[in-house]
Amino acid sequence: MAKEKKRKAAEEAVDGDDYIEREDKKPKKQKLILASQIKNKEKRSAVYAKLKHEKRVEKRKKIKARDAASKQALELGEEPPEKMVPRTIENTRELDETVCRPDDEELFAGNDADEFSAVLKQQTAPKVLITTCRFNSSRGPAFIKELLSVIPNAQYYKRGTYELKKIVEYAKNKEFTSIIVVHTNRREPDALLLIGLPDGPTAHFRLSNLVLRKDIKNHGNPTSHEPELVLNNFTTRLGHRVGRMIQSLFPQVPNFRGRRVVTFHNQRDFIFFRHHRYVFEVKEKKEGLKDKKSKASQGKTEKKAIARLQECGPRFTLKLVSLQHGTFDTKGGEFEWVHKADMDTSRRRFFI
Amino acid sequence: MQNDDVIWDVIRHHHCSYMAKIQTGNFCRNPYNVTGICNRSSCPLANSRYATIRDHDGIFYLYMKTIERAHMPNKLWERIKLPKNYMKALEIIDKHLEYWPKLLVHKIKQRLTKMTQYRIRMVKLSKKVREKIMTVPRKEVKRESRREEKALRAAQIENVIEKELLERLNKGVYPDICNYDEEIFNKLLDKNKEEEQEEEEEEAEVEYVEGDYELEEELEDDIEDMGDFLKANNIDDIEGDEDDLEEQPTRKKVKKASVSYPLKQDDGTEKVRRKDKKVIVEVERDEDIGNRQHNVM
Repeated sequence: MAKEKKRKAAEEAVDGDDYIEREDKKPKKQKLILASQIKNKEKRSAVYAKLKHEKRVEKRKKIKARDAASKQALELGEEPPEKMVPRTIENTRELDETVCRPDDEELFAGNDADEFSAVLKQQTAPKVLITTCRFNSSRGPAFIKELLSVIPNAQYYKRGTYELKKIVEYAKNKEFTSIIVVHTNRREPDALLLIGLPDGPTAHFRLSNLVLRKDIKNHGNPTSHEPELVLNNFTTRLGHRVGRMIQSLFPQVPNFRGRRVVTFHNQRDFIFFRHHRYVFEVKEKKEGLKDKKSKASQGKTEKKAIARLQECGPRFTLKLVSLQHGTFDTKGGEFEWVHKADMDTSRRRFFI
Repeated sequence: MQNDDVIWDVIRHHHCSYMAKIQTGNFCRNPYNVTGICNRSSCPLANSRYATIRDHDGIFYLYMKTIERAHMPNKLWERIKLPKNYMKALEIIDKHLEYWPKLLVHKIKQRLTKMTQYRIRMVKLSKKVREKIMTVPRKEVKRESRREEKALRAAQIENVIEKELLERLNKGVYPDICNYDEEIFNKLLDKNKEEEQEEEEEEAEVEYVEGDYELEEELEDDIEDMGDFLKANNIDDIEGDEDDLEEQPTRKKVKKASVSYPLKQDDGTEKVRRKDKKVIVEVERDEDIGNRQHNVM
């Protein structure tokens, strides 16, 4: 038995196989032991280090080859070979049939007939009522103060012990266009309830990662000019609806002199809220810095306009939990969209 | 034979499985107990003639046991339904327990009072809207926070915002942003003037400028990014059209120039391509800005 083993080992050593294979008694094509399956720590780490080294060397070779090819192509005046696009989650997002298309007549008709069209067409000015849940503590009031400064024409009323439905009625009587309820849990604002009026939808968002203005370094102070809105990546029908709802909180005519921009950026179903003041500047950029060889192009300065942002105001993320048709009525209302646990099963599927 | 004293003796001094001893006293867990305290007079086991009120689904029943049925545990307790009206219930109790010891009847009536009170309170509470506390499994909480972080990194918000603002600037949404550099502006002015003069000498090609829709104003502050489609197809938002109809009277109709860096709308600094050499371009005047230079072929 031992002689056979030795003979086999000698054969395989002659073949110049990988060190791993010596331990394998079966022919090499069928079974390849992973480095992680070796029980001996020293040997395992040695094998793994070798593997990594090989991989790194290969990668460097590839990169070099790519760079050389593109440089060659540039020199020859040809087109450089196509740059490889990295695979991202956004690239590989599951195909969603509810994505809004630009030529969708139904969408535009729906927009005209939906609850926000009155505000968005500037027939009514938005008027927002902010309130809290019954027990408000700690960061809640600070957050509300900042919200009041962000949203123009917003008013804060204490909650008392009124039922939410009563508050909705009250607000309708006073001609508000939307209600924001900030819900606190464990001394932190936790959820945001956005209710459109008079019979607008109710959106329930979960709030996270709240950073108040005083905690932001080099923050700016917002003025009272009407802000500009930027709503990014609201692609699906649901997203479009949510986007319009957010839009209806703000006045439709911004004051550009104020140079204030409020952004709601949707990425993978998380809506990031940012509030900036911006400034345009002309920046000189030297061209030809990349290409060190050609001296002719050096010294040419190209002027580019850039925008610089200074963050002011709070920073938080929202995630839609449910969208209900009609004003707040959890028991009897019709839910247009509810987040369920099995929507999270795929990493490439997003709804907004 | 049923002897209450013997039973009480045994129960009290040895072991009663219904008794609960706590700091403030001895309590009886027996569901048929009127007062709930472990007492000689309140023990349902040690009293052969006993009555209670029990509540089932919001309806109160008067339960009675007599010594005549002591040998039939199955049929020991007789129950009578009490009406929801408090006064009527009291009357019925009086009727049934007419010749019973007064102490017991008194305790029963006290119990009835208390139970009616808490029934009223329960009904009131159930009508009120209470917030329901829902828990989220920790796994989900962690998962969400992880995904949020990654999404934040993928979003590159600042870059996106800056790009968006620059695009809007290029489209000419901002008519009067006045924080550009004066020198550079003037330099560009001169440079463009030179270029114009050069161009006039040579035969200029017909330059087709982008269509009239550029002359329309975009008053919106909020162009939703519906992917790249809208921009690719150069379709204005529908809202844009509607906004135009309702533009403020004070705003002047400014001519949009698709220039990248003269930050202020002005006539002279426009790039050459905006002025079509072979076509008369009619321009509406800005009241503030001085005389325009028309290039007319």
